[in-house]
Amino acid sequence: MPELTLIAQNALPQGVVTTLAGTRIEVLPMRRLTALMPGPDAGPLAEALMAQHGLGLPAPGAVEHAEQAECLWFGMGQYLLVGPAPAPGLAEAATLTDQSDAWATVLLEGPAARDVLARLCPLDLRARAFAPGATARTELAHMAASVTRTGPDGFRVMVFRSMAETLLHELRAALEAVAARGMV
Amino acid sequence: MRLSTGGQIDRSRPLDFRFDGVAYSGYHGDTLASALMANGLKVVGRSFKYHRPRGIFSAGSEEPNALVILGAGARAEPNVRATMQELFAGLEARSQNRWPSLDWDVMEVNDLVADFLGAGFYYKTFMWPKAFWEKLYEPVIRRAAGLGALSGQADPDANEKAFAHCDLLVIGAGPAGLMAALQAGEAGVDVILCDEDRTPGGSLLSSTEDVDGMAAPDWAAEAVARLEAMPNVRIMTRTTVTGVYDGGTYGALERVGRHLQHRPGPLPVDCFWRIVAKRAVLAAGALERPVAFQDNDRPGVMLSSALRAYVNRYAVAPGSSVTVFGNNDDAHRTARDLLAAGVHVAGLIDARHEATTDLDLPFYPGAVVSRVTGRMGLETVSLRTHKGEVKLQSDCLAVSGGWNPSLHLTCHLNGRPVWDEGIASFLPAPEGMPGLIPAGGAAGHFPTWEALESGRAAAARALEEMGHAVPHQKVPEAEGAPYSVKALWHVPGKGRAWLDLANDVTVKDVRTAASENFRSVEHMKRYTTQGMAPDQGKTSNLSAMAVLGDATGRDVAQTGITTYRPPYVPVPIAAMGAGGKGRGFAPERLTTSHGRSLAMNAPMIEAGLWYRPSYFPRAGEKTWRQSCDREVSMVRQSVGIADVSTLGKIDIQGRDAGAFLDFVYANTFSTLKEGRVRYGLMLREDGHVMDDGTTARLGPQHYLMTTTTAAAGEVMGHLEFAAQVLRPDWDVRLISVTEQWAQFAVAGPQSRALLEEVLGRDLGSDVLPFMGWMPVTIGDVGGRLFRISFSGELAYELALPARYGESLFTQLVKRAEARGGGAYGMEALNVLRIEKGLLTHAELHGRTTAFDLGLDRMMSRKKAFIGQAGASRPGLLAEDRERLVGLRPVGAVQMIPAGAFLFNEGDEAVRESAQGYVTSTAFSPTLGHTVALGFLKSGPDRIGERIRMVDHLRGVVTLCEVCEPCFLDPEGERPRA
Repeated sequence: MPELTLIAQNALPQGVVTTLAGTRIEVLPMRRLTALMPGPDAGPLAEALMAQHGLGLPAPGAVEHAEQAECLWFGMGQYLLVGPAPAPGLAEAATLTDQSDAWATVLLEGPAARDVLARLCPLDLRARAFAPGATARTELAHMAASVTRTGPDGFRVMVFRSMAETLLHELRAALEAVAARGMV
Repeated sequence: MRLSTGGQIDRSRPLDFRFDGVAYSGYHGDTLASALMANGLKVVGRSFKYHRPRGIFSAGSEEPNALVILGAGARAEPNVRATMQELFAGLEARSQNRWPSLDWDVMEVNDLVADFLGAGFYYKTFMWPKAFWEKLYEPVIRRAAGLGALSGQADPDANEKAFAHCDLLVIGAGPAGLMAALQAGEAGVDVILCDEDRTPGGSLLSSTEDVDGMAAPDWAAEAVARLEAMPNVRIMTRTTVTGVYDGGTYGALERVGRHLQHRPGPLPVDCFWRIVAKRAVLAAGALERPVAFQDNDRPGVMLSSALRAYVNRYAVAPGSSVTVFGNNDDAHRTARDLLAAGVHVAGLIDARHEATTDLDLPFYPGAVVSRVTGRMGLETVSLRTHKGEVKLQSDCLAVSGGWNPSLHLTCHLNGRPVWDEGIASFLPAPEGMPGLIPAGGAAGHFPTWEALESGRAAAARALEEMGHAVPHQKVPEAEGAPYSVKALWHVPGKGRAWLDLANDVTVKDVRTAASENFRSVEHMKRYTTQGMAPDQGKTSNLSAMAVLGDATGRDVAQTGITTYRPPYVPVPIAAMGAGGKGRGFAPERLTTSHGRSLAMNAPMIEAGLWYRPSYFPRAGEKTWRQSCDREVSMVRQSVGIADVSTLGKIDIQGRDAGAFLDFVYANTFSTLKEGRVRYGLMLREDGHVMDDGTTARLGPQHYLMTTTTAAAGEVMGHLEFAAQVLRPDWDVRLISVTEQWAQFAVAGPQSRALLEEVLGRDLGSDVLPFMGWMPVTIGDVGGRLFRISFSGELAYELALPARYGESLFTQLVKRAEARGGGAYGMEALNVLRIEKGLLTHAELHGRTTAFDLGLDRMMSRKKAFIGQAGASRPGLLAEDRERLVGLRPVGAVQMIPAGAFLFNEGDEAVRESAQGYVTSTAFSPTLGHTVALGFLKSGPDRIGERIRMVDHLRGVVTLCEVCEPCFLDPEGERPRA
């Protein structure tokens, strides 16, 4: 038998899936995701993140940005480093867990995006409650999800990899229903 | 008939529609009710029980009579209120509860024997024989009584659910609601204004009064235009707020597509909203109540305010000669508007002796209507005046018995309404509902100016409570004459006087209830079914309570009213369950090997939300058993591959990780060496087994726990609880890595050779012993190899990041096939584990203990753990508990179905003598007979005994031998090879 060669595969084919009412559902490429759990004292992690990645430690519900890197608040005592491989110094300040393969990421962007999400998710999506740069762990169509507002009408939605197709199905169905309201 | 001028209908847009197959025409802006009325129809339905002809009674969502079936085929929608259904071109409606036709209904015979069919009749009459109730009486009664029927077909329409958030929710867009929205909107807070009508305006739309010097509907339109210009105000028309729930959450039903002739496919018919608001103003207005008198259900008897709506808003008159009857000034307004519209008014009857009028019509102060006649349409109205009986020729009677505030929503969280003598009705409890402020008619402010002002004031109060400044808001000039009413519920007399039109409940029924000692309102309601129809007694509740009070010698305040519960209007289950059809029912969790398994024709079986392959059929295999037997033999003789990624995987790190595992597991893990794996048993606090699985030690402070597929979420929640609540002092960090890894079992005597080939290294027991693990790499991809076995064979589980899952599975299967093996599915996996007596949730079903499972020695005595105290309770350690055993057939019958019960030979197979039950069963191709696991009283002490298995459901009786719960390789030599 020839040597075993592994082929990497995203949970979903990458790219734009649907565009309706000027709003698109787009499967985003897989990025490096590392869960950071600092334990009782997050101070050393805050310092290490700034020193190694130029990132602040996000407050609950917030996202910190740097060039090519992001850090999401990801639940109690949990942060998600998105983009780079974690610098070696981080391991001393937090436990690190690779989650790159655990999540599927979809972008929902356009004038109907907020209305579409409002059909699937109980979050208060008003700008004053969930401004660009805000993030939340929430329920989305019975799935545990992470929702991050990327702009005035853009939302990045993450669900567990195994549920990626359900996410697409739900987003598509909600977008079709919202778009249909504009047709009558 | 249609009036020649006026109304808010668009006469340039005629619409054709059909009712009971007959073509009619109406206008854009009509409801089905107003269009039927314009076409001269008097009878639009038959009553629930007596099948009496019924006409349109109201002009709103309180309608008890005019219920129709809309549409046809699978789209047929029963019990649609004609008063709420907007007319559209091509609309098709049918009357209901009649056969063969509306004019000639066979079941009208019920009305002739009405004396026998009063409240409680069925319960008293159809008692014997007992078995007949369910099989004969009830179906027949239900056929005769009832409303429209469902199509019986799957709902082809789309529905929707959605969430909305705001600072102030304004419920109702009449004068109070519009003012509340203006006040709050100008303060800059987020406002949602809901109204169930297609056009905001409420009572203003039917009013001929002036507001702020302009016609009331024009003022409403202007107010709406101002609100629409505010970006912080969202107006939701066709939306009825149906319920109030905890935390400022309101349910609302939006009719999205029900008014359209052509609906784009994905457009929902309804949307069920959950609106979260910091404050809400209840401006739902008030409902007019009728007066009960003999035959007051005849077609043509209507609510007085409804008549104004039909005349003023829809420009239709329900009759050519109208009589108006009331006990308050509203009746006068109706008479005035009728005259202004050119409709003949036969008389105005006011129950108040002191009443006067300037109107040019026959006026009867201090008189009451005692009865009407006209089976298929009103003919005469009889009055009882101080001079004696007077009979008027009239084809329509407008009745106003006063107004009841629409306070229903204030009761949904148990607010109790308060009786108010001044309006002879109930008012919302002052602080009945946290965050919900009643205003306008709903708060008893009936005159228009009062309603406007109270709406403004309610919003101002909400703004203050939310900490916002209250900008000045001018209240427009409007009608402000105070409301005066003389309570009048029922005009005594002969015959039947109706209270609840929808459920055919009369004054006599309520009195019967009282005389049979159903004196509480709640008992009377259930005895008579008053208020239990789709309209929830909106026009009848208070009158029924008043009649009950009268019959029991109490006033209405003492009698009280029944509890209003959500929903305020009927909500289709399809709307509440929107999105739950087909794929929307639940998320589907797919493994990385899903596509590949489908390509191999594997049927999928649901395991929780996961989809897992049952078996992988090969050419020539006709039944699942053939495939399953082959797959079992494959694993026993060569090598099989199974996707086990669905098992829960929890990464546990931190200084106290070892101590934490000792705490959550019954056995010890702090002593586990790095590079080793141990089987763990997890108990609930009550001492019963919660889950089992293996945990590997990855580093000094690093463990990887696996859980069963079924309990992955439950265990994660349990661990979080233990870490956050029970031992917050410990440094433990938990995260699920289930989805990060694709993991495959490689099981069978050739598994080592296969993996040595794949990994290019030696995997002898000196390198990787049984219950050990090691990091591995394939190319530059890092993974983990565990030597664990759920089949009893030499076996491994190989884990790689999920992105490589499909690729790895495909190649492992190919290599296994080259060795005479291949992929195996859940069926074979189950047979393999039953042969070995390994457990799943069939055995760990929540009522079994470690002792029952023969695993009591795993409960460490050297440390404390969750469930320790619970498990040591004497009852949980009793020898005669039902305990795990193996079973094999010893007679002619070889079947041992799971779920069957066990009995001693010679005992009767009844519950009292049951000795235990079967949990898992399989045909073992390895042994050539059925093997089963089950629980048997004192089981381990009865090895070798015979026991009789009886499956009452399938009718199977099997003689079994009790044996050890492990049928193969009891010494465990194979996995250690």
